[in-house]
Amino acid sequence: MSFIPVVLWSDALVFLLVGVIVMAALYIRKREHLMLPWKRVARSNVALVSMLVLSVFLVIGLLDTLHYRAALPQSSNGEKVYSPEVLSAFDTLVGPLRTRTEKTYSAPFALHLYAKESMTDAQGNVVREYPRLQYGGVHLAHESQRNMDVLKRVANGGVVGFLFGCLLAWLLGRRVPRLPVQIALVVFATLAGAGIDLANAYHVLGTDKVGQDVLYLSLKSIRTGLIIGTLTTLVTLPLALFLGVAAGYFRGWVDDVIQYIYTVLSSIPSVLLIAAAVLMMQVTIDTHPEWFDTSAARADMRLVALCLILGLTSWTGLCRLLRGETLKLREMEYIQAAQAFGVSSMRILSRHIMPNVMHIILIALVMDFSALVLAEAVLSYVGVGVDPSMISFGTMINGARLEMGREPMVWWSLASAFVFMLILVLAANLLADAVRDAFDPRLNRTEGKA
Amino acid sequence: MTRLLKVDDLTTRLCDGASIVDGISFEIAAGETFALLGESGCGKSMTALSLLKLLPDGVENSAGEIRLGEIALDRLSEREMRDIRGGRMAMIFQEPGLSLNPVMTVGEQIAEVLALHKDMVGDAALVRSIELLSQVGIPDAARRAHEYPFRMSGGMKQRVMIAMALAGEPKLLIADEPTTALDVTIQAQVLQLLRETQQKSGMAMLLITHDLGVVAENAHRVGVMYAGQIVEQATREQLFAKPLHPYTQKLFAALPDAQRSGQALAAIPGSVPPLGSVTQGCRFAPRCNRAWGLCHEQTPELTTVDGRGVRCHLYVGNEDRGDGIERGQQDSEGSVQPCAIRESRSAILEVDDLKVYFPIRKGLLQREVGQVKAVDGVSLSIPQGSTLALVGESGCGKTTLGKALLRLNQPTSGSVRFEGELLQGDAHRNRMQMVFQDPYASLNPKMRVAEILEEGMAALLIGNDSTERQSYIDELLDKVGLARDSKWRYPHEFSGGQRQRIAIARALAVSPKLLICDEPTSALDVSVQAQILNLLKSLQQELGLSYLFITHNLAVVEYLAQEVCVMYLGRIVERGTTREVMRAPKHPYTQALLSAVPRIDGAGKEYVRLEGELPSPANPPIGCHFAPRCPQAMSVCAKRFPDMTYVGEVTHGVCCHLFPSEPN
Repeated sequence: MSFIPVVLWSDALVFLLVGVIVMAALYIRKREHLMLPWKRVARSNVALVSMLVLSVFLVIGLLDTLHYRAALPQSSNGEKVYSPEVLSAFDTLVGPLRTRTEKTYSAPFALHLYAKESMTDAQGNVVREYPRLQYGGVHLAHESQRNMDVLKRVANGGVVGFLFGCLLAWLLGRRVPRLPVQIALVVFATLAGAGIDLANAYHVLGTDKVGQDVLYLSLKSIRTGLIIGTLTTLVTLPLALFLGVAAGYFRGWVDDVIQYIYTVLSSIPSVLLIAAAVLMMQVTIDTHPEWFDTSAARADMRLVALCLILGLTSWTGLCRLLRGETLKLREMEYIQAAQAFGVSSMRILSRHIMPNVMHIILIALVMDFSALVLAEAVLSYVGVGVDPSMISFGTMINGARLEMGREPMVWWSLASAFVFMLILVLAANLLADAVRDAFDPRLNRTEGKA
Repeated sequence: MTRLLKVDDLTTRLCDGASIVDGISFEIAAGETFALLGESGCGKSMTALSLLKLLPDGVENSAGEIRLGEIALDRLSEREMRDIRGGRMAMIFQEPGLSLNPVMTVGEQIAEVLALHKDMVGDAALVRSIELLSQVGIPDAARRAHEYPFRMSGGMKQRVMIAMALAGEPKLLIADEPTTALDVTIQAQVLQLLRETQQKSGMAMLLITHDLGVVAENAHRVGVMYAGQIVEQATREQLFAKPLHPYTQKLFAALPDAQRSGQALAAIPGSVPPLGSVTQGCRFAPRCNRAWGLCHEQTPELTTVDGRGVRCHLYVGNEDRGDGIERGQQDSEGSVQPCAIRESRSAILEVDDLKVYFPIRKGLLQREVGQVKAVDGVSLSIPQGSTLALVGESGCGKTTLGKALLRLNQPTSGSVRFEGELLQGDAHRNRMQMVFQDPYASLNPKMRVAEILEEGMAALLIGNDSTERQSYIDELLDKVGLARDSKWRYPHEFSGGQRQRIAIARALAVSPKLLICDEPTSALDVSVQAQILNLLKSLQQELGLSYLFITHNLAVVEYLAQEVCVMYLGRIVERGTTREVMRAPKHPYTQALLSAVPRIDGAGKEYVRLEGELPSPANPPIGCHFAPRCPQAMSVCAKRFPDMTYVGEVTHGVCCHLFPSEPN
């Protein structure tokens, strides 16, 4: 085998999450009343377009989760030796984007570096010039052809993407004719086609301080953002669900204890709490280098730990919400009917209360997702986020902030982190809105009766 | 009389085209009350909202003409409509607790209307709002104007709502179920207030209600609505003398009362069809016992018979074929044997001096500062196989008593004996069960019917395995008149009446001997209520069940119960057989309660007006609890709570100083 698959901690958790989601989807599919709100979600064009955007992000994130270590050509004692570098399926797919690193900054579509270097010209004189890039636009015979070439590639790639998009839209339209979604699909495919063709020859979004392609960095950041957004909820959910429901149902001293815990927890500034925990965790990791065989594993452990810490500090909001809802539900007559039969408390919690707060959990999760993606960016910027070697929106912004004061300004790292994050969070928020509307019984009254 | 409001062919639709209100036409003259009568889901409220152009999102007014005086309302812009609302047309909503702003004083809220429509601000507005408040019978109006709504009871809030509606001096008052959320004695006060106000101001009123009794007392003309259409339109006298449309006839027949207590009620099978489901033919045809081929094919037009409109094929061409439907119906179904009280049966349930007190806690340490005496020393006994009705207004503790018997509330003291055996703890769950008030809240929406029915059996270890339970579930569904395959469906697929059948089946699943029915029909429509009452009655005969029937609906009591206990503020004030209590009430409270019920034959009865409202059980009056509201109170009443004395028969007991216990 020329490679060995690597399952990092975060990968395992992602697989678990995907498994749970698939199971939940299969469960819901069979039940008409659970399907109903999702059908309403599907009826909203905004939701579908956001789902389209999100699914592109998700595919990139999932591809980036399939990690492996490539075999090296040399071997020791007949055993294969694998590279210490952990790559992902996504890295292989975009291959050149990762490997074509320049020396330092270069602007989007630039042919020259952003810093002058001493060079010897044809006459043997040493001059300070902006050197040509090693990879960006090397195929051009003359520099003046660049604009023409960019246009040509936009047209070429655009047309291919457009045709491909039309095909997809037509296939979609045969099952569900929805014009806005089809248009979005075509636009998306066209942009992607043009982007791919351009990225083959240029650094579309420029390069960063060490010459890495910013487009590559942005795409890699997606996985980090998604993991923070989703895995944290895995930690939040059991805590919030169990404690919230128990507090609401049992009342009395159980309620008092749980309320005290979350009141105390939510009155400590969360950044302080997270910073303290992250720094402690960092020290532990640094003092035990033997725990990790690759640097990727170490960075990944730090990511998982960050999710854990974020989860432990952010369950209070959902818990409070669930407690309130349970307080309302426990007075419902069907709960009293169950009590009249002497049904045990645990059974009442699991059969009667939990299924009836599920819609709140779902809405809260989708809403929290975007907040967590943003929280990661803020924490990494402050320096208590993910490992500096891990690519994320936060580290991109952190790296770019020093260059903002430079003249001429290096703006592209920040701008692309901003745009990618905006698209991701906007899509997530729009979807969350649609989901909330679909699950809101007050907005769907008339339909419910009909 | 001049015509004030003319509605012509009004149609209101959902976005998807299903019509909620379908081609309604009616007129209201000044000083007249027009009642829209119908079951829930018939489009009554939507009609009112269409008039005011206050339709919710997703519902639109698609056709029709509305003229108020000389103004064509349907052509007005939203801006112009604002002058009409409150100024020329005002509305009173069903739930007084929700229609007042809790953070504004009552006076401010009325002043707001005055500022908008009468250009009255400052002191003038305050004076006028106090005037309005006293006009609607709020005592001490000057002080009350500065109070917030939470300090007022439901009846007072509804009076404030009426005062607000009157502030703009509207020509037309729309009252949407103005008394449905109120107790009978309060309902009687509010209805009388509405009548008096109308007489004074000469405004027209559109009264929306499902209650035939309210119509009988207040309306001049009536429109009966069914599934978005007016099926019959007549004056009150005509309608109550001889209803023409089969639906109206059945509505009358479905009302429970004493005369029918031996028979099954003429329930209308099925329930109101969902919106937009009937596109062809008469909408009532599927439930109508006189429907023939034509009814399913062609929608009948509103035809005029003797100056009244009816939408039925029976009356097309003035051929009066609708006669005698009701009577014939009655006779054929009158075969259920009358249940006379059989003497000397052993009591299945004996309650002795039961008390349920809820502590009032205050302060940091949650010290107990007082008690709400929800049930304060109640004793009763239910004979085997019969029905005891517990009657009282909301807040009198009747539901708390029912729940205390099942130990859903912990009783403070007192004893409960079931078949002579003293009950302690939870061991009696399979002998008594409860049917709850609201069938929409009493079934878990996320569980299928089979799961709902099996839960109790599993918890009480009835039946050995799942297959045995499943076959028992099939039997139960047969018993309550549901199809067997309905057990794989979820509650939201059923109508209110069907849900209540499921709830009854759930209670029966553990084979109890006593069912505690907590207002099982109050959330249901009249026609469906009759189905459920019939079911309860037939189950009683079939299985020998006993019922503790908790209700505020006195008509149901007369129909179903053999014995009655009247409860007031946690105590039983009168008890006896149904005949004794309903025909010859002794306690002034029972008399007032009975006279407050609007009757469909209500002309010329003596009305005992009851002042004020139920006092708080946290702080009951010293002496007789009813004394502060009692028209016949004496000095002794304020000092001592009267003991139970028996009048006439040994069964008829009353707690009142008017009937002193004879020294024996």
